[in-house]
Amino acid sequence: MDSVLPVTDRGGPVQPLLLAKGLRKHFPIPGGLLGRTTKVVRAVDDLSLSVAKGETLGVVGESGCGKSTVARLLMRLIRPDKGTMVLDGDPVDEPHGITLNELRRQVQMVFQDSYASLNPRLTIVETLAFAPRAHGLAGAEAKARSRDLLAKVGLDPNNFADRYPHELSGGQRQRVNIARALALRPRLVILDEAVSALDKSVEAQVLNMLVDLKEEFGLTYIFISHDLNVVQYLSDRVMVMYLGKIVEIGAVEAIYGDPQHPYTRALLSARPSMDPRRRTREAPIQGDPPNPIDPPSGCRFRTRCPFAEDVCGKAEPLLTDTGAQEVACHMRIRGSGHTRAP
Amino acid sequence: MAIQSPSLDMTTAAAPAPVARPATRSYWQQVGRRLRRDPVTLVCGGILLLIVLAALGAPWLGLADPYKTSMLRRLYPIGSPNFPLGTDELGRDMLSRLIYGGRLSLFMGVTPVICALLIGGALGITAGFMGGRVNMLIMRIMDVFYAFPSVLLAISLSGAMGAGAENTLLALTLVFIPPICRVSESVTTQVRGFDFVDAARASGAGTLTIVRVHVLGNVLGPILVYATSLISVAIILAAGLSFLGLGVKPPEPEWGLMLNTLRQAIYVNPLLAALPGVMIFITSICFNLMSDGLRAAMDVKA
Repeated sequence: MDSVLPVTDRGGPVQPLLLAKGLRKHFPIPGGLLGRTTKVVRAVDDLSLSVAKGETLGVVGESGCGKSTVARLLMRLIRPDKGTMVLDGDPVDEPHGITLNELRRQVQMVFQDSYASLNPRLTIVETLAFAPRAHGLAGAEAKARSRDLLAKVGLDPNNFADRYPHELSGGQRQRVNIARALALRPRLVILDEAVSALDKSVEAQVLNMLVDLKEEFGLTYIFISHDLNVVQYLSDRVMVMYLGKIVEIGAVEAIYGDPQHPYTRALLSARPSMDPRRRTREAPIQGDPPNPIDPPSGCRFRTRCPFAEDVCGKAEPLLTDTGAQEVACHMRIRGSGHTRAP
Repeated sequence: MAIQSPSLDMTTAAAPAPVARPATRSYWQQVGRRLRRDPVTLVCGGILLLIVLAALGAPWLGLADPYKTSMLRRLYPIGSPNFPLGTDELGRDMLSRLIYGGRLSLFMGVTPVICALLIGGALGITAGFMGGRVNMLIMRIMDVFYAFPSVLLAISLSGAMGAGAENTLLALTLVFIPPICRVSESVTTQVRGFDFVDAARASGAGTLTIVRVHVLGNVLGPILVYATSLISVAIILAAGLSFLGLGVKPPEPEWGLMLNTLRQAIYVNPLLAALPGVMIFITSICFNLMSDGLRAAMDVKA
């Protein structure tokens, strides 16, 4: 079976590895009579993105803004209500495209909770060999590959292969999770808060390892995190999300150097600073994000935006190219009606 | 910038000193080790083993014929010569009948639980793993069974189908399917929520493979513990049905039936009349304590 061999590039370096168009996921809230749903949580709303080959796309945003839902949608762990995906030129789950199984072989994911994402009843090598075996690799071969992978993530196979997850530390477990994601030789790895639960020194080790692995296996990353510093360190491009929508997306230098959207600016200025002279004195935005069951009309950020005007409540700002990045804000859209618009 | 410490490079983690580490025990090895250190469970297990072995090996123990009646030696008290546990109302040897009675009583207690475990467990795991409408359908059907008290359900089923061991088995199996199904469903729902199941789905494995490798290993323990605790209930229910004349028919030795027929002797020889009840009590409490011990032993973190 050739399905456990690495997939070769098809569309050339310019074709995006992954294109998602109009992804939407509304989670129904059962409540009405006879379990009829009257309300939905708009976790992800008409989100489009493209990931170039070999890049690292960082995804940032507050808790509950739909970051993890995007990850699960891209893996098709949950079915989108709407939207299409194209993987290196092949539509996903469509008559002439590739199957979900094929998508899941080329796209893999590392979960945040290193403990819950390992089966407590299986040894490390059994966990790592599961996916290759499910794809038809012989048992002995799958085990040999798993031991190689363990070595690749910096865990001595002789020492760790036959251990159980509870005998490992958090950092070691997350290395195992990364090894598992690599077991099928994917092209795209989605890291959903993969290092957030680790302590700082371990986090640095794992991040450096991720950089090395990307080089070695020619990977593309989607790196989801709420840690802005880590995202800056790792990413080529950054996508900022707010209440299930992209508010700003662009090269890391542009987003961090010249943020255009008021939400991005607020996020960046909320970063703790090591420099006492640049210490943030007041919270840049107040309160919690509005309820995604009933998001504000027009621009979803307007309830917390210091520059909100009438137009923000009437029309939804679309992502607009401003040169270095794309921004969804009426202040950056020519002729939008906002007094600060160019 | 947060990450720029060159001292924290890969070599620190990649080259651990070759320390001899203690041999890893599998989960079930750990459970076994804990069970061996639990005196209560060991004693209960020993008693049950004794009862089961005696019941199985009854024909070779040199006991008196459990069916042989004699009008001359009715209701001998406990401790009579040749009849260490006395004789019943028809002059049959009590020791022999109690040991032979264990065969039917244990069989009637264990078989319905095993059958219900297979059916209810499969239904519950299916409901828990599939979720949604499948879950709703299966669990609402179980709720219908739940609407009746288990004793009443067993009595009415046995009554409707007529007396006899087979019908009792069938009735008891039906009674135990809903509770086992419900426990299986809740454990499976819990396990399905863990990321490792999502990770397995993300690897493209089929549903059956995921259930076999990732779900069964994690849900079987709690379901088995629960089923063990049901055995004692089944023994008591089976004995109860026999007592009411809905189970085993005389002259078969069976603890519930013996309790019924010795009822008339309760003023003549109360200790004797209580003996089958004592056997039911000992057996069911041993099963209960065993299931408790099993639960404690399986409660290993991870």
